[in-house]
Amino acid sequence: MTKSSMTTREKVEKSMKRRRAAEQRFRMYGVASVLFGLLCLVVLFGDILSKGTSAFSQTVIETSITLDADYLGLDKNADDQQVRLANFEGLIKQHFKDMVQPDGRKERRQLYSLVSAGASWQLQNMVLNDRSLLGQTIEVALIADDDVDQWFKHDRGHAHNAMLNETQIGWLEQWAEQGILKTRFNTLFFVNGDSREPELAGIRGAITGTFLTLLVTFLLSFPIGVAAAIYLEEFAPKNKITEFVEININNLAAVPSITFGLLGLAIFINIFGVARSTPLVGGLVLTLMTLPTIIISGRAAIKAVPPSIREAALGLGASRVQVVFHHVLPLALPGMLTGTIIGMAQALGETAPLLMIGMVAFVVDVPAFISDPSTVLPVQIFLWSDSPERAFTERTSGAIIVLLGFLVIMNTAAVMLRRRLERRW
Amino acid sequence: MNYSSLIIAVLILLGGAYLLGRNRARAIANQGMKLHSLPTHYGALMALWTGLPPLLLLLLWGLMEPRIVDQLLVAQLPAHIQNGSGAEIQLAVSKVHNLAIGSGVSEAPELQPAVKHLQALQQRFDLLQAGVILALALIGVALTWRRIKADMRARSEVERIVRYMLFASSGIAVLTTLGILASVVYEAWLFFHKVSIFEFLFGTSWSPQIALRADQSGSSGDFGAVPLFAGTLLISLIAMVIAVPVGLMAAIYLSEYATSRVRSFAKPALEILAGIPTVVYGFFAALTVAPIIRGLGESMGLDVSSESALAAGLVMGIMIIPFVSSLSDDVINAVPQSLRDGSYGLGATRSETVRQVVIPAALPGIVGAVMLAVSRAIGETMIVAMAAGLAANLTFNPLDSVTTVTVQIVTLLVGDQEFDSPKTLAAFALGLVLFLVTLVLNYVALKIVQKYREQYD
Repeated sequence: MTKSSMTTREKVEKSMKRRRAAEQRFRMYGVASVLFGLLCLVVLFGDILSKGTSAFSQTVIETSITLDADYLGLDKNADDQQVRLANFEGLIKQHFKDMVQPDGRKERRQLYSLVSAGASWQLQNMVLNDRSLLGQTIEVALIADDDVDQWFKHDRGHAHNAMLNETQIGWLEQWAEQGILKTRFNTLFFVNGDSREPELAGIRGAITGTFLTLLVTFLLSFPIGVAAAIYLEEFAPKNKITEFVEININNLAAVPSITFGLLGLAIFINIFGVARSTPLVGGLVLTLMTLPTIIISGRAAIKAVPPSIREAALGLGASRVQVVFHHVLPLALPGMLTGTIIGMAQALGETAPLLMIGMVAFVVDVPAFISDPSTVLPVQIFLWSDSPERAFTERTSGAIIVLLGFLVIMNTAAVMLRRRLERRW
Repeated sequence: MNYSSLIIAVLILLGGAYLLGRNRARAIANQGMKLHSLPTHYGALMALWTGLPPLLLLLLWGLMEPRIVDQLLVAQLPAHIQNGSGAEIQLAVSKVHNLAIGSGVSEAPELQPAVKHLQALQQRFDLLQAGVILALALIGVALTWRRIKADMRARSEVERIVRYMLFASSGIAVLTTLGILASVVYEAWLFFHKVSIFEFLFGTSWSPQIALRADQSGSSGDFGAVPLFAGTLLISLIAMVIAVPVGLMAAIYLSEYATSRVRSFAKPALEILAGIPTVVYGFFAALTVAPIIRGLGESMGLDVSSESALAAGLVMGIMIIPFVSSLSDDVINAVPQSLRDGSYGLGATRSETVRQVVIPAALPGIVGAVMLAVSRAIGETMIVAMAAGLAANLTFNPLDSVTTVTVQIVTLLVGDQEFDSPKTLAAFALGLVLFLVTLVLNYVALKIVQKYREQYD
């Protein structure tokens, strides 16, 4: 039988093996693509978690220290100002010197560097709260320096630590064996503002700044977004102007976020004189950025309300404004809220435009009002990721975990809201 | 805080006006007359006329006052400062402001009269402001109170005002676009006065150093942006090489092959990638991916920069995967089932149907999706700001360090510098290019997608 005399059926059957193989291959590419995406997700989360979970614990040196009233020059009646000026740092140095008996100035300096600069501040706060501690010997857990912290949490026993020398590691090993070197939950990470010392740096300032910024964003973008969605969906005449507005909104949703930062800098700060670095100007910029998201999802929610409801209300004599505010809006609100939460989640993770308007400042104090200089969580992550200290890398990952936690909460809330409140018509 | 207390006062007046209007309407109704609208409409009308004008005026006042105060202040400055340059006057004015709120660090006796003047001025302005705002609110109350009659069409008026407010809200989107355009165009225009537009667009050397002294030679720096455009393109290209095949195949698999259970799990899981903040990707790229790539390259004897374009592009590609996949998923789903059924009927396998029928039919939409993804890659800032370098190398070697438009905008604008230096203005010129390019990409892409949707609707 020659090739040309094959029937079509035979030709097809002969080609089936190749075609089936191609089918299998194509399918595998698809599976591989999906798996690649999921793998990236797992690697990303795994990487951040493995780097960041240790940020939630902090090494401390547990020791009993005598608050020598004479050395500090304080008595029970000392006022706050006197306590603030007292030499707690010297007291701590003296204490460790007596404990370890270092040899010479160089060793003394090495010894002192194992304790954080925050330790004296710890003692000071204790005395500020309770003067009767003066003269007593108290048990305290002094914050260790970040290098000690890294060594104890990660390197001890198996890795080299470039920041500590033999003598220092000798002392630390001794302390660790005595059980005075411990890790405990890192409360400071959640109650402190930013600091140059990694072991004292916390995210409270950034979280408060984020909260204030998002508050401004929400208060402005939700009403404006809902109003714009209502206008475009219910009142706007179908003409060139409406079309132009629509195109505009769709384009704005896709414009790079950094251009909103340029707008904020040139217009809000330079023309209107809004103060730099404040949650107010940050919130204004993020409002403009999230508005398109809220408007687009708001319109979808309004579209989903069946026309029969509008017609029924109109038939009973309601005006168009009454139809919208008494009937359409309540029904569309869950969908609008979902869109708003998603928009706020976007705003929560946004960094680039906030860099332009000065929210990168090094802010130690926790902001209290929308006109205080502050930073936000993503910007704090950006700032810390630039720091060379290893402990800051850890803290960056820790802050990322907190940020992702907030995002998960917001997105879950959006999904649940949609499930619970969305109606099928 | 004059502003917050005034806003609260106006809001209280507004609430009062509502009750007042409603009660007046009720009183009229109780006299036996038939009202045109519900009593609440009269209340709402009173509230609107009481609250809106003062709040708008307050906003306007807030925008104007600093300017007027500064103008008045300049006249009080010592003569030798007044005759100085604009920057000197500016400096003196801000010094006076700081001294007036008690946070001035420098003792400047010559500025004392101006400080006193400013304090007095602000006091007077605050009083004037409170007076004018509250008077306006009360005028609103009085005028509307007099207008409330039985046959007054309160509802129509309220609804008209509400509609105007809704319209104004939707106008904010347009204002935003105009605001972006105006700010970048104006600053870029100033920039092109200092640096020629041809040098900017076609120059191949970028080093925006600014001299410390104005008379220093070579103070203008180099502003040839070609290396930035090339770097942006290179990184976007790497990102697209990852994102387009993976995203497209994932979309095809999820919409044509996957069971609904797999789909309901995998699709949201992939979309999580899009929800992760870009600063997290940047951190991942800079601290995890870049060292791995560097290590791999070195083990193969290649010289890899620690801020290679490859690391940034790769991670950006991962970020864009869900973007491509969910957009293409939409377009693929929009292809009518009848086309697939026809193809199966002719004996084609699934993959043949996808390749020869579904993809060609969905092509315009997919092109639109890819264009949107490109526009996103070009505008992405944080990943490149953290993982790509600052050195403006004109190279297409993905293992080298390149810089992008967005990175330069960030580096030029972060930190304090005088606002009219070419360095700052250059950032706006770059912003203009970025805005225009992404605008065109988005516009065309959205048009294509829209047209394509209409085709099958």
